[in-house]
Amino acid sequence: MGRIRGSAPGRALCTWRGGLSAGCLMLVALAALLAPWVAPYAYDIQNLSATNQAPSLAHWLGTDEFGRDVLSRIIYGARTSLSVAMAAIGVSVLMGMCLGAAAAYFGGALDRAISAVVDLTWSFPEVLIALIFVAILGPGLYSTMIAISIAYLAQFSRLTRAQILAIKGETYIEAATSLGGGHLHIVFRHLLPNSLTPVIVAGMLATGDAIILEATLGFFGLGIQPPKPSWGAMMSSGTAQIFLAPWTIIGPGVAIALAVLSINQFGDALIDALDIRSKLRET
Amino acid sequence: MFVYLIRRLLLLLPVFLAVSVVVFMIIHLVPGDPIDNMVQIGASPQQRAILVARYGLDQPLLVQYGVWLRNMLGGDLGDAIVMRQPVIDLIAENLPHSLRLGGLAFLFSTIVGITTGALAAIYKDSWIDRSVMTLILLGSTLPSFWLGLLLILLFAVQLEWFPVSGARSWTALVLPVLTIGLHGVALVSRVTRAAMLDVGRRDFVLMLHAKGLSHRRIQLQHVLRHALLPVATILSLRIGWIVGGAVTIEFVFARPGLGSLLITSLAQRDYPVVQGCLLMLAMAVMLGTLLGDLVQAAMDPRIREQLR
Repeated sequence: MGRIRGSAPGRALCTWRGGLSAGCLMLVALAALLAPWVAPYAYDIQNLSATNQAPSLAHWLGTDEFGRDVLSRIIYGARTSLSVAMAAIGVSVLMGMCLGAAAAYFGGALDRAISAVVDLTWSFPEVLIALIFVAILGPGLYSTMIAISIAYLAQFSRLTRAQILAIKGETYIEAATSLGGGHLHIVFRHLLPNSLTPVIVAGMLATGDAIILEATLGFFGLGIQPPKPSWGAMMSSGTAQIFLAPWTIIGPGVAIALAVLSINQFGDALIDALDIRSKLRET
Repeated sequence: MFVYLIRRLLLLLPVFLAVSVVVFMIIHLVPGDPIDNMVQIGASPQQRAILVARYGLDQPLLVQYGVWLRNMLGGDLGDAIVMRQPVIDLIAENLPHSLRLGGLAFLFSTIVGITTGALAAIYKDSWIDRSVMTLILLGSTLPSFWLGLLLILLFAVQLEWFPVSGARSWTALVLPVLTIGLHGVALVSRVTRAAMLDVGRRDFVLMLHAKGLSHRRIQLQHVLRHALLPVATILSLRIGWIVGGAVTIEFVFARPGLGSLLITSLAQRDYPVVQGCLLMLAMAVMLGTLLGDLVQAAMDPRIREQLR
């Protein structure tokens, strides 16, 4: 392999897989951002004389049981799904990094306590953890976010802990300590920045899973409440119409699959570009 | 092996206690008074007082936990508020359905996953490998409940081969097992393939080639054997996905089971049932993980030695 040129995301974008998935991702993100301008209809306009219509020129993806345009609801639903997933994973990454860093840096009883709790949640499926917290907080948008961020916490904590344990003994950390650097200085200026990359990439990959988890909770009717659209809730109401209007299920599902597939593929391209596959496999 | 089993069971004890505390606390962490969630609007103070005494809510929290734990270990999980019967009866009614679904899905994903993974590794870079890799990609990306809905649309609505929902005949199991299975197959297949390729690079495989054994024989008799160990590790680590998958898929196919029971009672805020279901599902994950560890220890003497 010759000299490596450009930044890692740049190199990932230059592979056909990375470029294509980044393009799809941009498309979904733009649709979510510009929803009021791109969506042909408003998400809550009902037309009871045109319910459960098959896809046509007026309604590209058909209409649902209230005569609402499915495409418009998918576009608005992208806002819910993407923002919930991104916010939840962002919080989860931050909390996980703090926990993992504290466990690895201070070691001893603190490490054992944090690791015990983290390993306990690690063995349980994310859906189950999220359901426990939805049970406590009650259904809704914010409890979905909190539930998702707690469900993925263990992953980031474990990853950060492993990273920091690996570099804790390096000479430059010893040098920083002997120069009189305090705990906070060492952790935030030296240890965390040098262990950030795999955690960020894992966070990106987890965003894809979080979209699915959000949709699953929405499908159970425990996520964001109607009439606000979310991909999961749309499919949930679509199941009642499965014989009449299968397009109300297919559309949102394709949207989820597209978003998750492009996030996973871009994350994978990024892993190759950064050459960190072995680091991510440790946990 | 027996010593190992005892040690593993003892290790589970604190986990079980931690889970029970979390599950117990649910009813107290829910915003608002637990009694408010149980009674209809306009209940008299006397009715409320009876309920408070009946559920022991006037006792200190620790005492309440002790009583709850003792009752639970004796098989008494309280009464369902909406369905008005003991929670344990509801669970006994639903558990066999979940076990059947989870067990079959596990079997399906292990057998098909190891087969496809091994095929992909033996015929690396051929069309077989590429189609298995596509299967893995789809299985790990598509949301399982959507996949379930698509299978319903195709095989139940269009072709009418299988029933849309319910659990009246064995044919009703096919689509749910396939749905959970595809996720499992993707996981097992990916690990099998990676482990076999990894083992294939070791020196002893080179030796076997030098001895003149055929490629297929080396792969099936030697490489696959060694590769099964990491597969067992991943299976025991991630056994929870079977439970998680079953929870989701039961709801999609409107099958009776612990997952459906949990989700309906969550929506109805029937907390005793929620507690019971969460406890059972958590136990399923713990016992599943234990079983996986035992299988691993049976396969690998080094693991048995570690915990001596």
